[in-house]
Amino acid sequence: MADGPVSRRSVKRGAMARREALWGYLFVTPPLLGFLIFGFIPILMSLALAFAKWDMFRPPRFAGVSNFARIGADEIVAKSFVNTLVFFIGVPIGMALSLLLALALNRKIRGINWYRAIYYLPAVSSMVAIALLWQWIFNPEKGLLNMELLKLGVKGPEWLQDPLWVKPALILMGVWGGLGPNLILFLAGLQGVPQSLYEAASIDGAKPWQQFLYVTWPMLTPTTFFISVMGAIGAFQYFGQIYIMTQGGPEHASTSYMFYLWQQAFTYYRMGYASALAWVLGIIIIGVTIVQFRVANRWVFYETV
Amino acid sequence: MASSFQSQKRFTRMWNVITHCLLLAGTVLMVAPFVWMLSTSLKTEGNIFTPLPEWLPRQTFTYVVLDGVKTMVDTVVVENENGRSQVRIRGRAEAVDVPASAVVKETRIAPAWENYKEVVDTVPFFQGVRNTLLITLIGLIGGLFTTSLSAYAFAKLRFPGRDALFYAILGTMMIPGVVTMLPTFILFRQAGWINTFRPLIVPALFGGAWGIFLMRQHMKTIPDELEDASRIDGCNPFQTWWKLMMPLCKPVLATLGIFGFMGGWNDFMGPLIYLNDPSKFTLQLLLASFSSYYSTKTNLLMAGSMMSLIPVLVLFFAAQRYFVQGITLTGVKR
Repeated sequence: MADGPVSRRSVKRGAMARREALWGYLFVTPPLLGFLIFGFIPILMSLALAFAKWDMFRPPRFAGVSNFARIGADEIVAKSFVNTLVFFIGVPIGMALSLLLALALNRKIRGINWYRAIYYLPAVSSMVAIALLWQWIFNPEKGLLNMELLKLGVKGPEWLQDPLWVKPALILMGVWGGLGPNLILFLAGLQGVPQSLYEAASIDGAKPWQQFLYVTWPMLTPTTFFISVMGAIGAFQYFGQIYIMTQGGPEHASTSYMFYLWQQAFTYYRMGYASALAWVLGIIIIGVTIVQFRVANRWVFYETV
Repeated sequence: MASSFQSQKRFTRMWNVITHCLLLAGTVLMVAPFVWMLSTSLKTEGNIFTPLPEWLPRQTFTYVVLDGVKTMVDTVVVENENGRSQVRIRGRAEAVDVPASAVVKETRIAPAWENYKEVVDTVPFFQGVRNTLLITLIGLIGGLFTTSLSAYAFAKLRFPGRDALFYAILGTMMIPGVVTMLPTFILFRQAGWINTFRPLIVPALFGGAWGIFLMRQHMKTIPDELEDASRIDGCNPFQTWWKLMMPLCKPVLATLGIFGFMGGWNDFMGPLIYLNDPSKFTLQLLLASFSSYYSTKTNLLMAGSMMSLIPVLVLFFAAQRYFVQGITLTGVKR
């Protein structure tokens, strides 16, 4: 008798919970559907395509591992992969510069918001506009860069038209454009270093550079690693600037892996081969990302100290 | 002790000077390309090709000086014909015959604003803006709707499998876009959606993993008591989401909205894959395509680029704190 009302209440609570669950499922349906349609199904299709030959006009044919074998034998793939790795040089250069800038801004500097905004400017600008602007700056005869070099008595190279100079030119532009976001990440990292660590270090008699080496730098390594991994993922998929500025030339000297993949898919309609290329790149990126997550986990542990 | 304190003070002052010099030099290097863009966009074609970089746009104007009265000339029709010139004076239809010595050329600093007008007149610039806005805003508003609803469900509602589903969605962030790019293209091609805005709008309507994560984190910080109160007042979860959660989520919504807008406005690869009819081009696609069209008219190209940047620059300076906030959130720190 005594548990009558209790059980009735629990029935009511059960109905409420069921209703809440229904609302919940309703609300999460769109992203789950999106995941299915734009994530899961394409992944399966892509995997199937990587083992097929298909030009989108005739029906696809099963091709075994021939696409992957072809990647190994394709000299331009090798060249574009090396090019992509060379573009990576910009990542550490950009990181060193933005760390330097972040250290400068972390001192009680007047106008910090202004500096932050100005360095962040390229990151909000459209890649197309930036690429067109730098194409003009790199113009051999009338571009800003060579004209300024001429003032110093140096005859500049033909930048984007020179196989030797096209990569340094693109790296220069990439470093310029990437400073802002990295700077802000480093600044966030720096501001998260507890002041007590510096006080403790200075009581122990640590000089400023020792404080940097033994306090700041260790505390920044997770940020540094995060930026380097994100930078690498971005650099792997370097495409738009190449498409607009050089079309991979001259002599494939600026062909990035992603640009080559794009050409295979949308210029030559080799969907199977392009899919195989995509999978190779995708696996590399996932590998890098897994490393990132591992290190991020270690970082969470440090942060709670 | 005192001397060591003083040397430290001197050290600090020296570092402050070095810091400011470094930052200022950096600022110049960051801004110079943009200033060059602006300056080129305001130059006349003849003025672009000076032997040394000119930061200020100059123009050469032609005048006729007759009886001490200076009148601007639009075009010189015939020059040096028996020591006379035929010129078309501004505001008059027919050419006028004047002595060649009366024709004076004058070069001075003057921005060629007409470049901007020429871009707008010769390429469907505003059509590109309209297309871009249409795609970006529909995708953004629809996407924020689904994103915030599901974030609310993941943060506050209880249902079996909730956390597993959340991590499944987070897992989609692990899939590199390059792997799904081609099959997604093929799917949309099969659906007959190529050369329509649908491939650029529809995926956004399903909500994004990153936005869901960000909003869920924020909603978790909202006390459950507020939600309970809303339920007791008779609100169902949808009403609670709309009346309670949305107003409390304004900062996150603003951050996501701004980044979504920037992403849509600046997107290049998506429109490049799916659109091939110039009347459907987005602004970025238009800009890239008229770079070959205008390959010799760099001033017009820079004017177009400048115009494409203005909205985002205005947005950036207006909403700067959201940008910095958002960037910090994307970092390792919360």
